[in-house]
Amino acid sequence: MTTTVSRPGAKRAAIAARTLRTDRWWLAPLITFAGLSAWVLYATVRVFMHKWYYVPDFHYLTPFYSPCLTDRCVEGSAEFGTPLPSFWLIPEAAFTLPFLLLFRLTCYYYRKAYYRAFWLSPPACAVPDAHAKYTGETRFPLVFQNLHRYAFYAATIISVINTWDAIRSFGTGFGLGNVILTANVVMLWAYTLSCHSCRHIAGGRLKHFSKHPVRYRFWTFVSKLNARHMLLAWVTLGTLALTDFYVMALAAGWWPDLRFIS
Amino acid sequence: MSRHFRVWRGDSSGGEIRDYDVDVNDGEVVLDIIHRIQATQAPDLACRWNCKAGKCGSCSMEINGKPRLGCMTRMSTFEESETVTITPLRAFPVIRDLVTDVSFNYTKARETPAFSPPEGLAPGEYRMQQIDVERSQEFRKCIECFLCQNTCHVVRDHEENKEAFSGPRSFIRAAELDMHPLDARSDRKEYAQAHQGLGYCNITKCCSEVCPEHIKITDNAIIPLKERVVDRRYDPLVWLGRKIFRRDQLAEAPQVGAGPDAHLDVGEMLSTQSGGPSPFGDDQTFPLTEITYQHPAPGSPSRDS
Ligand code: SF4
Ligand code: SF4
Ligand code: FES
Ligand code: FES
Repeated sequence: MTTTVSRPGAKRAAIAARTLRTDRWWLAPLITFAGLSAWVLYATVRVFMHKWYYVPDFHYLTPFYSPCLTDRCVEGSAEFGTPLPSFWLIPEAAFTLPFLLLFRLTCYYYRKAYYRAFWLSPPACAVPDAHAKYTGETRFPLVFQNLHRYAFYAATIISVINTWDAIRSFGTGFGLGNVILTANVVMLWAYTLSCHSCRHIAGGRLKHFSKHPVRYRFWTFVSKLNARHMLLAWVTLGTLALTDFYVMALAAGWWPDLRFIS
Repeated sequence: MSRHFRVWRGDSSGGEIRDYDVDVNDGEVVLDIIHRIQATQAPDLACRWNCKAGKCGSCSMEINGKPRLGCMTRMSTFEESETVTITPLRAFPVIRDLVTDVSFNYTKARETPAFSPPEGLAPGEYRMQQIDVERSQEFRKCIECFLCQNTCHVVRDHEENKEAFSGPRSFIRAAELDMHPLDARSDRKEYAQAHQGLGYCNITKCCSEVCPEHIKITDNAIIPLKERVVDRRYDPLVWLGRKIFRRDQLAEAPQVGAGPDAHLDVGEMLSTQSGGPSPFGDDQTFPLTEITYQHPAPGSPSRDS
């Protein structure tokens, strides 16, 4: 039996240095900070640009404007009608972007990334937290991180819409744009399916795998993807920005699409 | 070859980092150096260790600021000219030199509700399938080195959270039992949320980073537990149901034997015997007469061939 004599007043070792780590522990949070900031900046500028998001000749629609829902949508880009007015503050994809934002903001990986890199809580392991008080995710507003499950459902639906965009673009032949759009959608699905909530729903919540062989296999599959969740989170940021940039370049006429079959 | 080391010396009344120049041989680990310092320069240097094989979890210390096992940190991972600084675990009260008082972790362990077998099943009758226990087995690898507990910023940087927060080691225990195919308790997730401080964890994964057993603490225990809490607590459909039928299932759920201070009874004190139930049944006396172990003679075919 363990004896746990408590020693009231016992103090921690008096070590003056805040951290004794000698490696470059600040590098990872710095890269995360720079990468996420740059991406958010690019995405914000693009979303409020309200132009160069659609290439009518080949049906390329950037994921940042999908589905296009405002009266401003150029001919052929709106697949689901245009219920929204043209006000500059309203993004073309006003019904999907908030959910995508919520999905990524409450993602378990991004949470780790920005808690470390932006909030410095903690910046790295065994490096002190930059805050005097800490309550974690126990109360408002961070308790809302628990909404991730619902953001996941929304993101699945949005992935279907993005898939539709990619399929539609094959209607007029086959070019580099198709490859980029399709690769982006494949990575988006990989990221969405590797979600921790998805892993839980797939089978993680079960107590007896032996009674649910199909869900067990699905869970095993998602678990394998899930181990790469951080990688997929970054890869999709990359493919999203690349897809959008490529569509912007074509729409603005900076260069023509490389066509394999037209 | 002589190399430079700095070791924290002192006790709870204060201390300082002292310098030592020590010979290092090929293939040695940090614990060897501590032992050499004890043998040659500072016989009173206090250090806890047992197995020197990374299996007992005693030699936890901080090496160049990183929480690690002294016996598993090879000297070859440092540059020859590098100064190696060795300090005690920071999150726990120090007893002397490198020895800290880790009783916080034992207190939290005792507050975690023990395994509760289904009713009507006696010890010895437990049957489980391998794929059902697999997930829990990962957590059984824990050697209780408490490196995770020490690194977790929730208590490392905020002493005041120690009361509310049980730490990653307790979370893997809670997850292990919640995923256990024969555990009959269904309120472990609520317990983890309400009494172990699951919500304090912000999944920054430092526990997983330092675990010498490479247990995926955050991915396989904490996040699944958080998701299980979401199932019960934050599901809007469940919430709506509760509003409509005016039933708060959570409030009605029994508080798993917790007293008014939210602490559980200590099982060992209420039980007629110390330790957990015997796999042979509690009515056995030792040595066992009915179970015989037959040791195969050398060269005879093995039992399962
Ligand atoms: S993941 Fe959670 S439990 Fe683990 S170290 Fe971070 S805050 Fe602590
Ligand atoms: S979970 Fe890992 S780090 Fe934590 S006590 Fe167990 S073995 Fe040590
Ligand atoms: S999307 Fe990252 S955990 Fe769900
Ligand atoms: S001495 Fe046993 S783990 Fe290091």
